[in-house]
Amino acid sequence: MLKQEYTLTVYTENQIGLLTRIAIIFSRRKINVESLNTSPSEIENIHRFNIVINETEDVVRKLCRQIEKQVEVLKAYYSSNDEIIWQELALYKVPTDQVAEKVQVERLLRQYGARAVVIRSDYTVFEATGHREETDKILEILAPYGLIEFVRSARVAIIKKSKGFHEKLQQFEQSEPGEEVIENEYLGDNAGVFSM
Amino acid sequence: MSTVTAIEKKPEATTAPATTSISGSVAVLEAFIAEGVSTIFGYPGGAIMPIYDALYDYNDKLEHILVRHEQGGIHAAQGYARTSGKVGVVFATSGPGATNLVTGLADAMIDSTPLVCVTGQVFAHLLGTDAFQETDVINITTPVTKWNYQVTDATEIPHVLAKAFYIAGSGRPGPVLIDITKNAQLQKFDYAGYQKCTHIRSYRPKPIVRKEYVEEAAKLINAAEKPFILFGQGVILGRAEKEFKAFVEKSGIPAAWTILGESAIPTDHPLNVGMLGMHGNYGPNVLTNECDVLIAVGMRFDDRVTGRLDIYAKQAKVIHLDIDPAEIDKNVKSTVPVWGDCKETLPMLTDLIQPKTYPQWLAKFNEFRKQEEEICIYPEMHPTDDVMSMAEVMNLLNELTNGDAVIVTDVGQHQMVACRYAKFNQSKSNITSGGLGTMGFGLPAAIGAKYGAPERTVIAIIGDGGIQMTIQELGTIMQFGAAVKIIILNNQFLGMVRQWQQLFHDKRYSFVNITSPDYIMVANGYHIAAQKVEHREQLRQALTTMLNHNGAYLLEIMVGKENNVFPMVPQGCSVAEIRLK
Repeated sequence: MLKQEYTLTVYTENQIGLLTRIAIIFSRRKINVESLNTSPSEIENIHRFNIVINETEDVVRKLCRQIEKQVEVLKAYYSSNDEIIWQELALYKVPTDQVAEKVQVERLLRQYGARAVVIRSDYTVFEATGHREETDKILEILAPYGLIEFVRSARVAIIKKSKGFHEKLQQFEQSEPGEEVIENEYLGDNAGVFSM
Repeated sequence: MSTVTAIEKKPEATTAPATTSISGSVAVLEAFIAEGVSTIFGYPGGAIMPIYDALYDYNDKLEHILVRHEQGGIHAAQGYARTSGKVGVVFATSGPGATNLVTGLADAMIDSTPLVCVTGQVFAHLLGTDAFQETDVINITTPVTKWNYQVTDATEIPHVLAKAFYIAGSGRPGPVLIDITKNAQLQKFDYAGYQKCTHIRSYRPKPIVRKEYVEEAAKLINAAEKPFILFGQGVILGRAEKEFKAFVEKSGIPAAWTILGESAIPTDHPLNVGMLGMHGNYGPNVLTNECDVLIAVGMRFDDRVTGRLDIYAKQAKVIHLDIDPAEIDKNVKSTVPVWGDCKETLPMLTDLIQPKTYPQWLAKFNEFRKQEEEICIYPEMHPTDDVMSMAEVMNLLNELTNGDAVIVTDVGQHQMVACRYAKFNQSKSNITSGGLGTMGFGLPAAIGAKYGAPERTVIAIIGDGGIQMTIQELGTIMQFGAAVKIIILNNQFLGMVRQWQQLFHDKRYSFVNITSPDYIMVANGYHIAAQKVEHREQLRQALTTMLNHNGAYLLEIMVGKENNVFPMVPQGCSVAEIRLK
């Protein structure tokens, strides 16, 4: 199986130490995390992690199960790039005089969707969101003109086929473990259903 | 966020009247009592002193066993948990006290042993300042705990401990560590009683059983011609011995065990075909690569069981019953996964299968057994030279205990011999360090096992290497009178390493020659009766004396220096390549 980029979406409780618990699942297996973002989700006290790694699907599936095993984790999904919509945010700080004179700023703004966030006499900060190659392209354009500082955020991603987590959470919280046998209408659709 | 979100749906136990003012330390002990704890293993120190101070007034309700080292304390709690089926409890102080628990935590984690460890921690305002005896216990223990949590405010204690016991004991059990800062132990707060935790928002101890998968599994079993059952500790942890026996007997399928699954059904059961893995029996290993349906119950396909995975049971359809979804397909890809507690899934499966017998298939196991008996078992149990063997000690012990004893082993050659040859009539009788292979486990675990099953004879079988790792726990036996019978099988070597050096490193015996103290003098120094056996003719009488002795007893038995444990699946080989000599 070939390695490719996967984005893990992990819903968790908001608990001190959980980041370590999740991070060591990767580091123990010597898997490099390409990008990690965590933030509150749309549900109170539920956080959402986006973790990007380069691995085979088999390994990623096992990683998700190990992550789900953590007490404070509600659910972990994994998606290939064509199954998600994702963005990264980048900020570029450049000398204003250089940019004004030498860069086709208008083209930068229009063609690459950049935005000037701050314009001062000494520097200007542009912001752009997009895929890595899009933000890289702007970096390439600005680099020769005295780029002072550059920063890029981790990936944030929405799963295309996800129907929203509210429903899943309700299903998860309502299912009392082990009380009765539940016929599973999603048999065989492992990615779309709670496996726990 | 500084609070935990345990949603208690069904309050079950309440202690103490509403809103009394108590200290965090008292709240810890009240939680223990409400959870049915009666025995605590521990070692005091500066940062846990308020809890020990509170314990002074709880002497009549909680028995505290003062061990000689925190590692001994946690192994004792493991032994206690494994024989009693309850959650083991440990106290340790901050810093070195807490770090000394790490080996036991790792051992309990890999062997799914339910523990609640409470460590003291420096005052909250000193956290992160490298204060005296401060270590970052939470981060150190994160990889080796099922869950851990640091309490900095006493008001958190009742629900954090409720959550700790719930997590440790439910689902696939495991160790939990609660680190409590000294200020939280001292802090008084309004205590409204203790409520057991029965629900946590993000935690599902048991997966939802998929009935259609159970049906699929039954179909495979009913169509099988050469089915084979592998069972592990999941049967014992799930208290499903009865359900498992019913399944085995109705299905008529031969069943073999991992060392942690041993004793789940009696050794002499006609369908019990022996031990799996590196030093397991010949038949079960070879026939793993011949069966058509492999039914794994509560076991995790450890590499010591499977050998080379790429050629492991490739011909078989695999049915895997496990409570932990992460174990399914982790090592061996299953044809039909059956998620769930085997206490629930086994009866469902038993209902759906046809009663059958497989006389020809079972005869194959017996043929292999005969070969093994001839080449390996008989010569080991009945040596013709003057040198005593570990197997003959076990053989005699079986005869004298009638299979009723709890056998606790350390790690090494003696462990494999004990597991191979010990006979058991009842469950929870084989206590050993399986996944981590912790030398030093045996002696303290036996102490704990005796507290967990006080009515049973507990025999620790330990090598001369392992005993020297935690020999200080003889002091615990001396002080608390735990009636543990200790057999040191002394071959004057770190035997298992020596065996590997002999077989795989051209007999380059590098630092495996270990000398021993005079164990009889050491035992006598601790006021423990002891005897050394150097000749075969002394053996029966010595074992009888030990078993009849009222109290702890240490027996040192000198065995062959360069005896090896066979059969053996060499590392990197298929289970079918198991060697008999």
